[in-house]
Amino acid sequence: MGESIYINPLVIFFASILTSNMVLANFLGMCSYISVSNEYKTASGLGKAVTFVMAVTTVMNFAVYKFIIIPLGLEYLRYIVFILVIAASVQVIEMVMDRYFEGLYIKLGIFLPLITVNCAILGISLFMVIREYDFIQALFFGLGSGLGFWLAISALAAIKEKMAKSKLPKGLEGPGITFIITGIIAMAFIGFSGIFQIQ
Amino acid sequence: MDILITVLSISGISAGLALIIVIAEKYLNNYGRCTIKINDDREIVVEGGDSLLSSLSEEKIFIPSACGGKATCGYCKVKILEGEKPVLPTEEPYLTGEEKKDGIRLSCQIKVKNDLSVYIPEELFNIKQYTAVVSEIEDLTHDIKSFVFKLNDPENIIFKAGQYVQIDSKPYGKVRESVSRAYSISSAPFERQTIELIVKLVPDGLCTTFMHEHLREGDKVTLSGPYGDFYIRDGDEEIIFIAGGSGLAPVKSMVADELEKGSRRKMVFFFGAVTEKDIFHMDFFKKLQAESPNFTFIPAVSRPQGSWHGEKGLVTEAVERYLNDDIERQAYLCGSPGMINAGIELLKRKGMREENIFYDKF
Repeated sequence: MGESIYINPLVIFFASILTSNMVLANFLGMCSYISVSNEYKTASGLGKAVTFVMAVTTVMNFAVYKFIIIPLGLEYLRYIVFILVIAASVQVIEMVMDRYFEGLYIKLGIFLPLITVNCAILGISLFMVIREYDFIQALFFGLGSGLGFWLAISALAAIKEKMAKSKLPKGLEGPGITFIITGIIAMAFIGFSGIFQIQ
Repeated sequence: MDILITVLSISGISAGLALIIVIAEKYLNNYGRCTIKINDDREIVVEGGDSLLSSLSEEKIFIPSACGGKATCGYCKVKILEGEKPVLPTEEPYLTGEEKKDGIRLSCQIKVKNDLSVYIPEELFNIKQYTAVVSEIEDLTHDIKSFVFKLNDPENIIFKAGQYVQIDSKPYGKVRESVSRAYSISSAPFERQTIELIVKLVPDGLCTTFMHEHLREGDKVTLSGPYGDFYIRDGDEEIIFIAGGSGLAPVKSMVADELEKGSRRKMVFFFGAVTEKDIFHMDFFKKLQAESPNFTFIPAVSRPQGSWHGEKGLVTEAVERYLNDDIERQAYLCGSPGMINAGIELLKRKGMREENIFYDKF
């Protein structure tokens, strides 16, 4: 991958929303994407919470990677360390929200523990390392991927809400039709790949 | 050497993160001392940051809760008069629109962060925490046992037949946590110093496994109660009881209580079991039936294996055959949700009014 070519952070930002969408291009974070997408309102709430946590944990993990993991030569431990950092920061975020942003906590609070185990969050931190992003790039990558998740889950939930009353073949009810919808959305998103690409 | 560095660094990082959480908890989760005003006449001061349910129980005020504060039972409702915060999504499924308007909330989901004023129904103050000793354990069927507890402190309990207590399990084997679960009292209220519980073993159930496999005669337990509004309402209508499995427990208490009080009400008890082996306390109810002209016991077996002479089929079918006149009745149902729903549906179809049907689902 482009060792010497520096990718503009803005390109990373928009690419991670559209062409390299975590859910639609990498199929990460599928568990919450499928299970919390029956209602537009809750899906959108989860999307916002994921965006927030992704941006924060990417920055945290960037710092941890640069200032603790690399100096100690512990690259092979990054999976475990990243997971620990994500779990701890989600806990602290929950407490901060509960104390200072009560309204936000009431809306997003129940999603936060769920996000700890969202693989897309860990995915961002790992991609950031593999692709050798610097701090600004990582920040835009985290934020963009979060917005991408929000966009994808909101789109799916909106479609599922519209379809709630339509008749489906028995075998396709539930996850079956969800995968088909996701596939079609993903194909539509490939259409953006002419504009910019980072993978 | 490498291994040592790995272990040390992972431990160091984990310890650092744990420290951050502890510090954050200390400063962020510290809401100082909060005053909770109860029913406008009593004030208690608690350390903020805990749930209302546990803050109250520390002050020996026990709100019923079968799930232990996980927002899955919906029993721990209280009315918040002042200091209310918006309803959380976790509470939504348990509150009706009217309750939300009245300020009814789940006390396990409310974090005490500021001064509160709450209303708790008077009868809840009867609820006490007891220490008790197991005095007798008896096998009733292959998966149902009865437990008799002798109350130590306080020594007496006052309850209405049909109410339940919550018992706290202790850690055992791989289970580290202590849970509290609700069981109906099967002994009659006139036995003040002991209570009997009938417990069916739930596969992988935390508390029932504890009681069935780890509790021995002579062991000490803590329990709290009495809770619940499943008790016989005044009147002179005929009473029918419908129960399955360990749902027999509250009925045993209710029937014994009515007969002891010298009630003239006619009572019929339909008891559903799968095979003959699943029927228990047969002699107890047969004896009551022989002694009292007002009480009838009708066991129904859905899959008889030997030569069963009684009712065959589901318990609801036995009830259906019995209900063929138009007299006023009250019905009390206790058992699995499936049995209760089928029972309610049948009773309504037979013309019983909803306000005369009472049930306890578990």
